[in-house]
Amino acid sequence: MKASPSYRVFRVVALVVVVLSLVTPLLWMIAASFKTNVDIYDTGKALVFSPTLDNYATVLQQSHYVQFIGNSLWVAFAATVLSLILGVPAAYSMSRFNMKKSALVVLMARVIPGVSLLVPWYYVFSNLQLVGGFTVLILSHMFVSLPLIVYIMMGFFDGLPEELEEAALVDGLTHIGAFRRVTLPLSVPGIATAGILSFIFSWNNFMFALVLSGADTKTLPVAIFDFVGYASIDWGGLMAAATVVTLPIMVIALFVQKYVVSGLTAGATKG
Amino acid sequence: MATVTTTRRAPGGVGVMPDTPGWARWANEHRKWLFAAPAMVFVAALIVIPLGWTAWLSLTDAEGSVRAESEFVGFQNYLDVLSDTDRFWPAVGRTAAFTVVALLFEVVLGMAVALLLWRPFKGQKWVRVAILMPLVATPVAVGMMWRLIFDPNIGLANQVLGWVGIGPQPWLAGQHSALPTTIFIDVWQWTPMVVLILLAGLTSLSDEPQEAARIDGASAWQRFRHVTLPLLMPTVIVAILLRGIDALKTFDILYATKGRGGGSFHEVETLNVYAYGLSFDYNEYGVSSTVLILFFLIIIGAMWALTARRKGARR
Repeated sequence: MKASPSYRVFRVVALVVVVLSLVTPLLWMIAASFKTNVDIYDTGKALVFSPTLDNYATVLQQSHYVQFIGNSLWVAFAATVLSLILGVPAAYSMSRFNMKKSALVVLMARVIPGVSLLVPWYYVFSNLQLVGGFTVLILSHMFVSLPLIVYIMMGFFDGLPEELEEAALVDGLTHIGAFRRVTLPLSVPGIATAGILSFIFSWNNFMFALVLSGADTKTLPVAIFDFVGYASIDWGGLMAAATVVTLPIMVIALFVQKYVVSGLTAGATKG
Repeated sequence: MATVTTTRRAPGGVGVMPDTPGWARWANEHRKWLFAAPAMVFVAALIVIPLGWTAWLSLTDAEGSVRAESEFVGFQNYLDVLSDTDRFWPAVGRTAAFTVVALLFEVVLGMAVALLLWRPFKGQKWVRVAILMPLVATPVAVGMMWRLIFDPNIGLANQVLGWVGIGPQPWLAGQHSALPTTIFIDVWQWTPMVVLILLAGLTSLSDEPQEAARIDGASAWQRFRHVTLPLLMPTVIVAILLRGIDALKTFDILYATKGRGGGSFHEVETLNVYAYGLSFDYNEYGVSSTVLILFFLIIIGAMWALTARRKGARR
């Protein structure tokens, strides 16, 4: 199919506008993180400025940010691994045995507002003296990652032909053996998709950590608020902190783009 | 090695070696629930029971410390909340306005960008990367980023307006401009999501109806309106459903840009922000549970209306 020359020009212009409007704000944030607060306030130095690493020094040295990076990594990693262990076999069963109602219950979690669970969780966990610890934080993040993983993996198993398992059964494997030695190895792309998405969503999650984390277990999205004072904002530090949170996840997404896209659009075209 | 003599589909027979130990045989027969149970127990313990508890709390006057006694008050909280024209109903209005306007822009813009990206071209890979970036960026960080850009004194937004001769706007700081500005931020971050979903839908469409319409002399707009759009409708509804649920529950960017209570005049206080404030700023657990249950019913109602349309559209 051939597009007319005028359409092709229009398309190039439109795409440039789209890309610029998506990328400019992010670049602006990163640029500001390398500016002194004086330069940020000077609108004449919007584009030409002498870069400084002072903001990053502030962020990394003064505010325990290294510890918070560790917290975020640990919570996202643990929530993802635990959700995969629970979610992958469950998704397999729900797909193979057509357990529509059970699947619906798990997927309802995508609909429920997180605050409505936070209140009872807060009741129980503060009475157990667990608020502020990693256990509760990881469990709460699993509320996000488990349904996501079940959803993505169910779609994946639906598309995996049953004949492969049946062949393994004929060759003398048990059902569980066939799952372990045939289905699971074939599911690596699906598990990678589900795992990466779960990690990103957990890393970005803010509300649960806002209520359930303590001074030592703060994750990065909560720690950002250390740079917002009541009277004034340390813009340079704030932008450096925001960059530290979001740049790693963007770089990771860049490398595993295919998986991120297939995870985000999972199930969308089944109708 | 013993050969398998059982016929296929015999109960518990297929693929069970005669020398399998008893527990493995049991596990094999009950694998359906063995696989599903751990996840279901987790969901029951951390989601279903807490949700039931929230429903119970909404019928009590629980407040203050989580160890404090509370009394059953029946539907009193519901009467109070539903007659609250000061905070509750404005929050309902803001939630609806935020969701509807954001969705409208996201679906229209998302459709336009998806159509631009539909046919392969040189450099498509890089455009796709740009589209992915806002999506994976941390929402709180995105909120902070736009706070700087929309700062009335030093922000890029007013600077750009200055170049084209428009005076400075208050953006997030204005009582009436704050909500539209947060909608803009939501559109910036989540339109790419709609683009990706619609693009997946477009790619799965077959070319033949398009070609047939072209041969019949249909214009580009007619082909879109009468061929592509009807075929794509199920995907559009999925996109609206997925994005709509998240838009209703928007919290991070509102909290990051306006702080507690949606700003000093509650100008961006949606139901989610209101319920959060009631719970964790004021410890009004009973009332907040009532708001949450009503919020949940609104979400379910909206979803039900949409899926009913979806089934209608498929017929």
